[in-house]
Amino acid sequence: MTVWLRRQKRLIDYTVASLLRRAARNFALLAVYTLIVFVLATVMLFTHALRQEAMVLLDGAPEITVQRISMGRHDLIPASYVDAIADIRGARDVRGRLWGYFYDTANGANYTLMVPDGDRYGAAPDVGETVAGAGVARSRGVVPGKYLFLLSPRAKLFKLKLKDVLDADSEIVTTDLVLMAESDFRAFFDVAPDVHTDIVLKVRNPREVAKVAEKISNALPDCRVVTRGDILRTYDSVFNWREGILLALLGGAIFAFVIFAWEKASGLSAEERREIGILKAVGWETSDVIKMKMWEGAVVSLGAFLTGYVLAYIHVFYFSAGLLEPVLKGWAVLYPRFELTPQVDGVQVATLLFFTVAPYIAATLVPIWRAAITDPDAVMR
Amino acid sequence: MIFHPTILALLIGSALSSVMVLAGAAFGVRVLRRWDIASGRHGQLVLERRTYLFSVLLAFVMVAELLSLLLFVFNADRMSAQFVGAMCAVGTLNANAFGFPALILKIAVFFLASVWLIVNHVDNMGYDYPLIRVKYAMLIVIAPVVLAAAGVQAAYFLDLDPEVITSCCGKLFTQDATGVSAELAGLDEKAALVLLFGSLALAGVVAAVHARTGQGGMLYGAVSVLVFVAAIAGIVSVVSLYVYEHPNHHCPFCLLKPEYGYFGYWLYVPLFAGTVLGMGGGPIAVFAGAPSLAEIAPRVSRRLVTTSMVCLTGFGAACAYAILSSGLILFGT
Repeated sequence: MTVWLRRQKRLIDYTVASLLRRAARNFALLAVYTLIVFVLATVMLFTHALRQEAMVLLDGAPEITVQRISMGRHDLIPASYVDAIADIRGARDVRGRLWGYFYDTANGANYTLMVPDGDRYGAAPDVGETVAGAGVARSRGVVPGKYLFLLSPRAKLFKLKLKDVLDADSEIVTTDLVLMAESDFRAFFDVAPDVHTDIVLKVRNPREVAKVAEKISNALPDCRVVTRGDILRTYDSVFNWREGILLALLGGAIFAFVIFAWEKASGLSAEERREIGILKAVGWETSDVIKMKMWEGAVVSLGAFLTGYVLAYIHVFYFSAGLLEPVLKGWAVLYPRFELTPQVDGVQVATLLFFTVAPYIAATLVPIWRAAITDPDAVMR
Repeated sequence: MIFHPTILALLIGSALSSVMVLAGAAFGVRVLRRWDIASGRHGQLVLERRTYLFSVLLAFVMVAELLSLLLFVFNADRMSAQFVGAMCAVGTLNANAFGFPALILKIAVFFLASVWLIVNHVDNMGYDYPLIRVKYAMLIVIAPVVLAAAGVQAAYFLDLDPEVITSCCGKLFTQDATGVSAELAGLDEKAALVLLFGSLALAGVVAAVHARTGQGGMLYGAVSVLVFVAAIAGIVSVVSLYVYEHPNHHCPFCLLKPEYGYFGYWLYVPLFAGTVLGMGGGPIAVFAGAPSLAEIAPRVSRRLVTTSMVCLTGFGAACAYAILSSGLILFGT
């Protein structure tokens, strides 16, 4: 075992020295390789972090959301439905929610107006007061203590005193929020007192969620029942799909890189040929030359992979993936500013290895062999 | 579902492997028909040179297949979030008819490939290509399995439909169901434990004899297969119960989850390593008949069998640890 290890160590020594002797020539390959890893790793790290962010947020979401559907569109739900649902065994904390979207002509952004239910955003503000998300406060230039003016859909001007701005930590979901009292909300949108936007409920036993959902849709046939599991699954597939599509598109780049690597490995310079010839003349076997060349590939791959991955990590988690952001995140007037939580995932690293290192090694195998079978006398003559 | 990054990676990997194995098998046919070490013909020289290429290509394929088996299981576990009813890898694999066949074929490829690598290693140690025909004949047998694994895997992924409601491990690995999984789960606990530790003890005896006399290599190969079967049965029917501390949870995949401290790796890694080293290492001894391997084959065989036994002992120790440290009491009080 130690003999074997020492042998490999010497081979690596030799390989590194030989790579450094032709540093300029090898640099181009290393740079392209690193770039490929960097782009792919950015896509993967970024989507993974976004997916994780969504999961963490949805963790606190209610198990079941009930929406009334009228003519195929989301409609307001009567308050009497709350009692109907509360009668179903297993359903807890059944509450009607009030929320709506509002297009602000002042800055062309969409806000989410909402009456907090005391759960996530604390108690509702007093009448005439509001708590707003950081994006809203930023784009309207309002600070706590000043007034936020909103022109209601009925063209009435509402004046709300900004009590507080929501925490920057939760910006990814709260950036466009405007929280207000129930009476303000109903007056603003002109909503009747006995309806809600939708109804949410909790289910204590997770195994009962599907059954409770089924009972609700039987009891209230005009309603759509959405469970948290459905939402999680949808998010997961959407992010996977975006990531996959991007990777598939980048497949062209990988293919180009593979051809480049193949060319590079086949086009040995006269000097390299001579070197292999001399090695074989002094007693190296074909398999030794192959091993040496394989180590060369391993050193280059490892270097490129680590550099590319670390650069991608920095790009994503310190610079918010500035280069790819618009594609993966989508776009909005009030886009939240948020920091992603750094996360490295084993499966993802393995996947990335399959995408980059495997094609590279596969492409260089035949050229390596061809170089290794060179006859010493043919090149030294 | 095809645009899932890990699925794309697995498909790329198996496509590369298939192409290389096909090329290897075609070369194998030529070797079987034309190989003549005594000849100095140009054709023979070309063949000899090519063997280097195919050794490297196939080593690459085998390593890729090994990694892809791991990635396949990992990914199945990860994707369980996307299927209604799935709670671990079982649900994902059960989402269509190709899931479990794909897994079994991939495991088969893993074993065949590793045995091939061992034969290749021994062959490279002899100066006159002593096992070249054996090696390429084996490759011609392995190639269809690799292709089948790639095909079934592709069918599995192409056919994956997130709308399908699948069933979780609790439904599959239970006495009341039907099929192999249910049979395993329904095995009597005491019998399963006797079988598990009995087969390990038998392997230990054969390995000791082999180490001392050099006899029984072939037998050790057979025994290591027996150990593997007994171990899988033992894990499903008893050991998993102790790990989960639950008298009815038989799933062999949930063991790999972080909730159970990734305990499955302590079981599966030494088990697979021990089995494969035994399957390849034991029978290698019969090649001592070739003059250039007369001294090498028994030495390599002895070393591999010893390593295999160390791995299997590690597996046994992990099982014993699971049983002794568990809060579950199945026998007595």
